[in-house]
Amino acid sequence: MAQALKVENVSFNYGEKRALKGVNFALEKGRFCALLGPNGAGKSTLFSLLTRLFVTREGRIEVAGFDLAKNPRKALSRMGVVFQQPTLDLDMTVARNMSYFAALHGLAGREAQRRIDEALDRLDMRARAGEKARALNGGHRRRMEIARALVHQPEVLLLDEPTVGLDTASRRAITDHVHDLAGGGLTVFWATHLVDEIWPQDDCIVLHRGEVLIHDKAATVAGDRPLIDAFIDMTGSETAA
Amino acid sequence: MRPWITSMNAIVGRESSRFLSQRSRFFAALVRPLVWLVVFAAGFRAALGLSIIPPYQTYITYEVYIVPGLCGMIQLFNGMQSSLSLVYDQEMGSMRLLLTSPLPRWWLLLCKLFAGVAVSLLQVYVFLAIAAAMGITMTPLGYLYALPSLVITGLMLGALGLLFSSTIKQLENFAGVMNFVIFPMFFLSSALYPLWKMAESSSLLRDICAVNPFTHAVELIRFSLYGALNLPALGIVTGAFVVFFLLALWGYDPARGLMRRRGGA
Repeated sequence: MAQALKVENVSFNYGEKRALKGVNFALEKGRFCALLGPNGAGKSTLFSLLTRLFVTREGRIEVAGFDLAKNPRKALSRMGVVFQQPTLDLDMTVARNMSYFAALHGLAGREAQRRIDEALDRLDMRARAGEKARALNGGHRRRMEIARALVHQPEVLLLDEPTVGLDTASRRAITDHVHDLAGGGLTVFWATHLVDEIWPQDDCIVLHRGEVLIHDKAATVAGDRPLIDAFIDMTGSETAA
Repeated sequence: MRPWITSMNAIVGRESSRFLSQRSRFFAALVRPLVWLVVFAAGFRAALGLSIIPPYQTYITYEVYIVPGLCGMIQLFNGMQSSLSLVYDQEMGSMRLLLTSPLPRWWLLLCKLFAGVAVSLLQVYVFLAIAAAMGITMTPLGYLYALPSLVITGLMLGALGLLFSSTIKQLENFAGVMNFVIFPMFFLSSALYPLWKMAESSSLLRDICAVNPFTHAVELIRFSLYGALNLPALGIVTGAFVVFFLLALWGYDPARGLMRRRGGA
């Protein structure tokens, strides 16, 4: 099976503090992989490295077969990103937010419009296209950000704790939507510290203090007990719900 | 090439419509130079005698003298305002969207600069129109000749703002930029008084004014508004733009720059 995302021996320091230590994993195409870790485990640092906001000299990252350091433009063009912090322009309509993003990927005109409509349809958001982002509730804003991350038809979708601050129903809806996307052939890498967002058949990487503790199917990671218990045993964390 | 132009159009269009929708910002941007023109110039008119210096061919009133400097002031404030909005974008996270685009980072930041220039051109020409309505006019072709000068001066001041945005950690620190950058740059220049006048009181201050790139931006605008080209000023402004932009790119480089030390965009 081809690999959509490959991380080899990646380490990163903030000054003296080691944030990531020799992180290694590879994701197969079309899989949903959860990056599970308590707060401060290094998830956001890893996301910054995957999206090239940070660069490290230690290790190598490959996206859809393209080395992120050697071929960043090709690698980034195959990646869709939803950051933990919202990145919407609240004073623009949903459609304008989408077309601005499409333009940052060099898409304009009919082709951009077709892809925007398609992405909004996938997330059931087309009816809201004319509304200002400010008028949307938290769940719909998140959905819109996910739709936006799909406009350039990426092969890998990265989401950094995308359900933070949402109510239970919205969290559930977004988690279900994104699992469906993975079922459609997209590779999804979903960082979270909430185990109820992970399905038993998902891949699961447990990151703790900058190191990968285990990478396997969520059901295997859990063993014969609930995943939350296995996670707390591994990390000593009490934050997972 | 098309994706590059598409991204430029989108970034310039977004900043322009953002500016036009913020009426209070538009209003403030115009009131500031107009207060200088109407109040400050009226007071100084009597106190300050100006001799004939290029590009002027006759005696001029003080109001006429300071118009190019106020055009520069609009661009200076606009450059810093753009810098402020970049710091805000970094705090709010929307900068990440820009920096994770597959287009080269230098191009995206250049697009941001052009977006700032477009906004400043709008302000400058509305200001010049109001000044003309008050009877302070330039040569007709000067308004056209000033356009490329205003683009390069706007780029230079925008690049300086970009450089600051890569070093300023929080919005709160922006007040320091006002005190230590905008005001010294403006007052230690030929915007309000010619350099020979400054030399009368202090030759050191005159020398500081002479090395201030903002002085050369003002002179470039002044000469072009009268249909003349100030080649040394053009050279210095272009050189300063290149230096500021390269330093800003260094600041935004994820491998070497300051972003890493700050902990992200």
